Amino acid sequence: MEGRFRVTTVADGFTVACLLVGSFFFLSGTVGILRFPDALTRLHAVTKADNVGLGLVVIGLIPQSASLGSAGKLLLVWAVALIASAASSYLVSSSVTSAERMREDE
Amino acid sequence: MTTFFLAVATFLLLTLLAAVHRILRGPSRADRMLTAQLFGTTGVAILLVLAAALDQRAIVDGALVFALLAMVNTTVFVRQAWKAGSE
Repeated sequence: MEGRFRVTTVADGFTVACLLVGSFFFLSGTVGILRFPDALTRLHAVTKADNVGLGLVVIGLIPQSASLGSAGKLLLVWAVALIASAASSYLVSSSVTSAERMREDE
Repeated sequence: MTTFFLAVATFLLLTLLAAVHRILRGPSRADRMLTAQLFGTTGVAILLVLAAALDQRAIVDGALVFALLAMVNTTVFVRQAWKAGSE
């Protein structure tokens, strides 16, 4: 019986790997927000790194979900978080550029 | 497996707490806004991992609402900033 993988072990290993890489992305997003020089570059760090980390966490948790419905709900959470991040980052960046333009007008 | 999930959730919480420094330091309003956005995304991740750790699928619904509220959050901040800037 060697060489026969138990499905649970493979699924658990996949989950562990995805969650570890996802947490690393979250860590890099926080490091970026602390170390980058400018508000707009920090916005990049938050939006890109954190959303990739969230995506990896969702992908890692899908093998652990009980049914197809709960896996679909996890993907829905990721999609909503992506849309919210896209809208938020646009709003924050437009407020930064309008503030800079107002400061130049003075 | 549960221990691993709890460890990941604790680690994400620590990265969240480390980002508080940007709220205190952030020279402009936008820095605090984007830290709020980070809180939203990391909070959703923590809730999802906790849902797996505690085996409570209802927490995933909470994470969904949290993600929606994150967008409302930033909209309120930005409306404030625009109103304050146009005075």
